[in-house]
Amino acid sequence: MTQKQRYEQLENIIKVYLPEDVTVDQIAPESHFMNELNINSAHLVDIVLDVEDAFDIRLENEDMEQMQTVKDAVAIIDRKLAQ
Amino acid sequence: MDRRVVVTGLGVCAPNGICLKEFTQALLEGRSGIRFQPELRDLHFSCQIAGKPWVKENMLNNYFTPLQLRGLNASGLVYGVMAGMDAWKDAGLASNTGEVPSWERGIIFGTGLLGVDKFREAILHIDNKNVRRLGSTSVIQTMASGISAYLGGLLGTGNQVTTNSSACTTGTEGILMAAERIAMGKAEVMLAGSCSDSGPYIWGGFDAMRILPSGHNDTPATASRPMSASASGFVPGSGAGALVLESLEHAQKRGAKIYAEVLGGAVNSGGQVGEGSMTAPNSSAVRRCIQEAVRSAGIAAEDVDAINGHLTATTKDALEIANWSAALGRAGADFPYINSFKGTMGHCLAAAGSLESVATLLQLEEGVLFKNVNCEDLHPEITDIIAAHRIPQNTLPFRPNIIAKASFGFGDVNACLIFKGYKA
Repeated sequence: MTQKQRYEQLENIIKVYLPEDVTVDQIAPESHFMNELNINSAHLVDIVLDVEDAFDIRLENEDMEQMQTVKDAVAIIDRKLAQ
Repeated sequence: MDRRVVVTGLGVCAPNGICLKEFTQALLEGRSGIRFQPELRDLHFSCQIAGKPWVKENMLNNYFTPLQLRGLNASGLVYGVMAGMDAWKDAGLASNTGEVPSWERGIIFGTGLLGVDKFREAILHIDNKNVRRLGSTSVIQTMASGISAYLGGLLGTGNQVTTNSSACTTGTEGILMAAERIAMGKAEVMLAGSCSDSGPYIWGGFDAMRILPSGHNDTPATASRPMSASASGFVPGSGAGALVLESLEHAQKRGAKIYAEVLGGAVNSGGQVGEGSMTAPNSSAVRRCIQEAVRSAGIAAEDVDAINGHLTATTKDALEIANWSAALGRAGADFPYINSFKGTMGHCLAAAGSLESVATLLQLEEGVLFKNVNCEDLHPEITDIIAAHRIPQNTLPFRPNIIAKASFGFGDVNACLIFKGYKA
């Protein structure tokens, strides 16, 4: 899977959880999940589970804590897949 | 009651009808919503039939966002949202999309056990040492008050938002609680309703008690036989009913359509003493409940034109008739008309009281008494007390002025409501 494909897959997961006042094209690598995309903490939990299923990886609590922006999520996914 | 309370909206998600129109037609014709359930056969249930709303996938999109539908596995929550939102819309009310809660509007939406299938999912994860996989909606789908909480979010209500639970009286009790709140001046509009999940994990306990019919798996439509000599137990059901209650003043001010007035009602318990037990009613309490309801409505027993009974199709039906007769002091041809909707819906448990109250009020709308089904062979102990023609075998063109509706439940608990047709 290319880097671009990974990003697109992540974007597809995230877009389901966007509140009504945020559109898909507002998702950028620098976007902060809670502060910019307005995704609440409960939904962030579900995003993590969806990421686990999509990439067949397991995210620990500390991974979740580090996952503040979309770019953070990509980095964590890359690291897990490399392991 | 201090302030007059009226019903201005109705909604259902019933085994024999998902919307009011379909539900009304089913009741007019006596069309059954009880069907064979392959799932129950596969699990070796004795009773393999049940009343379950036929909710199609595409209907869900009218009530839930794709995000809300993700991992949604709580049938009672689905039924409750459908009935509740429909009732709100039927009342001509809109969801509050502003920034300020609707302080004068609240919700009492009862249930027995919510989201049992979701709870099973959670248990399997937890037992598998995988609690982290539960996701964020496990709690809201399985807490009893998940249904009132969900509706509260959809409607933006700012008054009391709660869930009551009293077994099979839940729905009837909730309507009274909501009406009393409005009568006391603590709210102007209340959504009152109840819901009950479908499926083996809800119905299994009753199957184990051997109180469900086992001889009708090939003939589901004739299985539920309230007041019949050949009644062999209640058919389990599920679904949700909802009513919008409102102060008369508030309803008139906004020009709302008024279905009926809630004249009064009562709840009590037989205390599980005397003949009462966890599962059997104490007749003295049942009679007292009916009499208190009549008294609170400010009417006389002879004013009651029709009754919608609890009448589940067990051996207790004759006792219920005896209790109505004694409580109202009326027998034979002087007894009010009486019907049970469980013949076509089954016993929808926590949802029974609200679903049957909606059906009861639709009779006022249609100017008829809906027929009883499956009681051509009336139980002789019933016809010993009341005249057979008081139990309509066909939908009867008769517009009652006053209707009594009662529900009785495990725990020896009782609830009775008195509705009156509204004339502007």
